[in-house]
Amino acid sequence: MRPEELAVRLQGRVPDVTVARGETTLVVDRTQLPAVLEELRTDGELAFDFLSSVTATDWPGRVPRYWVSYELGSTRHHHRLRVKVGLAEDDARLPSVTSLFPTADWHERETFDLYGIVFDDHPHLSRILLPDGWEGHPLRKTEELGGVDTRYKGAFVPPVDRRTT
Amino acid sequence: MSELPSRLETEPDAAGDLRQETMIVNMGPQHPSTHGVLRLLLELDGESVVSCRPIVGYLHTGIEKNCEYRTWQQGVAYVTRADYLSPFFNELGYCLAAERLLGIEAPPRAQVLRVLFCEMNRIASHLVWLATTGLELGAISMMLYGFREREVILDVFEAATGLRMNHSYFRIGGVIMDLPPDGPARIREFLRTMPGRIGEYERILSENPIWLERNRGIGTLSAEQALAFGVTGPMLRAAGPARDVRKDEPYCGYETYEFEVPTATEGDCYARYLVRIEEMKQSLGIVEQCLDRLAEPGPVMIENPKLRWPAQLEVGPDGIGNSPAYVRHIMEESMEALIHHFKMVTEGISVPAGEVYQPVESPRGELGYYVVSDGGHRPYRVKIRDPSFVNLQAVPSMLEGALVADAIAVIASVDPVMGGVDR
Amino acid sequence: MPVERLPGLHDGRAGADPEQEVKRGVLLTTLDRAVSWARKQSMWPVTFGLACCAIEMMATGAGDYDLSRWGMELFRASPRQADLMIVAGRVSQKMAPVLRTVYDQMPEPKWVISMGVCASAGGMFTNYAIVQGVDTIVPVDVYVPGCPPKPEMLMYGILRLHEKVRTQGRIR
Repeated sequence: MRPEELAVRLQGRVPDVTVARGETTLVVDRTQLPAVLEELRTDGELAFDFLSSVTATDWPGRVPRYWVSYELGSTRHHHRLRVKVGLAEDDARLPSVTSLFPTADWHERETFDLYGIVFDDHPHLSRILLPDGWEGHPLRKTEELGGVDTRYKGAFVPPVDRRTT
Repeated sequence: MSELPSRLETEPDAAGDLRQETMIVNMGPQHPSTHGVLRLLLELDGESVVSCRPIVGYLHTGIEKNCEYRTWQQGVAYVTRADYLSPFFNELGYCLAAERLLGIEAPPRAQVLRVLFCEMNRIASHLVWLATTGLELGAISMMLYGFREREVILDVFEAATGLRMNHSYFRIGGVIMDLPPDGPARIREFLRTMPGRIGEYERILSENPIWLERNRGIGTLSAEQALAFGVTGPMLRAAGPARDVRKDEPYCGYETYEFEVPTATEGDCYARYLVRIEEMKQSLGIVEQCLDRLAEPGPVMIENPKLRWPAQLEVGPDGIGNSPAYVRHIMEESMEALIHHFKMVTEGISVPAGEVYQPVESPRGELGYYVVSDGGHRPYRVKIRDPSFVNLQAVPSMLEGALVADAIAVIASVDPVMGGVDR
Repeated sequence: MPVERLPGLHDGRAGADPEQEVKRGVLLTTLDRAVSWARKQSMWPVTFGLACCAIEMMATGAGDYDLSRWGMELFRASPRQADLMIVAGRVSQKMAPVLRTVYDQMPEPKWVISMGVCASAGGMFTNYAIVQGVDTIVPVDVYVPGCPPKPEMLMYGILRLHEKVRTQGRIR
């Protein structure tokens, strides 16, 4: 289905549907998330049975701060859909979808590792990319890029995020 | 001496049964056969694997965070090093995503060049897979043959882009340089010799009894399991479904090329081997079609001066750099050109706000780029959906009940590249 | 840093007959040269390929840029059988303890080549995840820049290391 047709089809179920740059995006509340994904999967015309990726984006000035996005695809109809959930800064939890899509396992672990978003009912939510004892969640915008101050022939070059030139 | 325990005896425990324990063995991250820094925690009962847990993250580079602190054009140099065996695909996904955000399209010749280099990269990547798999399973001469062919491809890459690996060749708006004058001739020479070489590999391996023993029936993954795990690429196609982003959601004009997507049905390591060999042959066909389309000249970068990379590169005595005519233009002739060049290089382009998910078909599966822009000069979020990251999730289910030696064959057939897994 | 010399231990400096000293010096120098030559002739690297540089290292060992011209095509899997560690690729914070462990497991004499800019100085990744230069963890003998260095560059670095071993090697 083309993105506009998808948007029309989904408008009744979920109020917040947008089409931009050839893609359809749904915004749902975190309590509705498992039910909506289940519906999207079982519906014959939509048939979104493939989860490509789960990731998060951090918008520190805005409310909600974290936006977790799920990229869904269909093996039958070859169309795509994005489902987004907004999370507040002090309450960054949402239900895990590993029971529906086993592939979400490592994706959710990575999102937890890099952003600190907790997925309830995940089989084993632990750090995956960073060492186990790491403190902090580096991909948050409030965290520094890190690195080392490079000293070369008496000059002092700070890491990229603190350079002014 | 009867007090010394004999290694051949097992002591019965209190209930009188023979005591059996499983052993936890760590494979990696420094291991010759784990295709990079992959760590497998294996629980073994003798030789058979009871359970397996892959631990990744030993190559985490923070590429995604670094991209947020660099301009849009500099992002190409970062993402190209994620999946380092298929750098062109990384660049392609990023550039296509940025171009969709900008609402532009690269000129037709640039698209043909992109397809050409991507397919040659696919062949090079499969050659490395064949070489390392052969080496790990004992066919050591395959290592030398695979790298011999790969050197021919890398020579073409070096002549065109200046680098053997991690070329920053695809840019937002097209590609940075056209092929050198002898480029098409070199590629045609490669096309002439390569089919015979692939035939050679098939003669060495396909009917080889040891290869069949080590690969047939090993690491079987059914289509339903594969789709549930999110597996894509040759691993999925070897189990049945003909799912290929180039056919399902074409980009860069792939719908105009004639090629087939090879599949198999058994879903074991041998089927994946057959699928990859066949993919190499199909890629050779696509490269030939690309060469035919390159007969007419044309621009390789968009014309819009606000978006195109300002420099003109050409090969000089010390390698590829700015052409002397261009340097003279900005240094002596036009102040505006100098200012424009300076701003484009330091500040870069600004991309309208929005988000986009762009999948491409890399040699390992669906490589997706989720790029978010806030309207500024730097990407706001670049998420790389790497196929190896997802494919490795299927490894425990393939290994349970198998022998330790099969672990090598299974990991090799997954073809993980840890740079992409850990980014 | 002053070194404490234990009494009774012969350190070849003082208190011995000059002619004996000359003979001993000549013998040791010739032996030094012979052993250094032997050590550089077949230095076995341990497989420590991490990222993109590892592929170039494998290409250097393959047919076109043959490392077995210098007896080095045999990459040992076990560090206990190797004398050279070519750190090829970016070293992440999680990998750093593993690197040090593998280095410690190598028997003396051992050398380290830091291949590529990521291993030498952190490369383009000045961020939280990459160790900014592997010489903060292990002592490095030769730095080979490049991203990734061409096989010819790696071979030049290896040959410089051979020269270093040949001219500066000492038996301890």
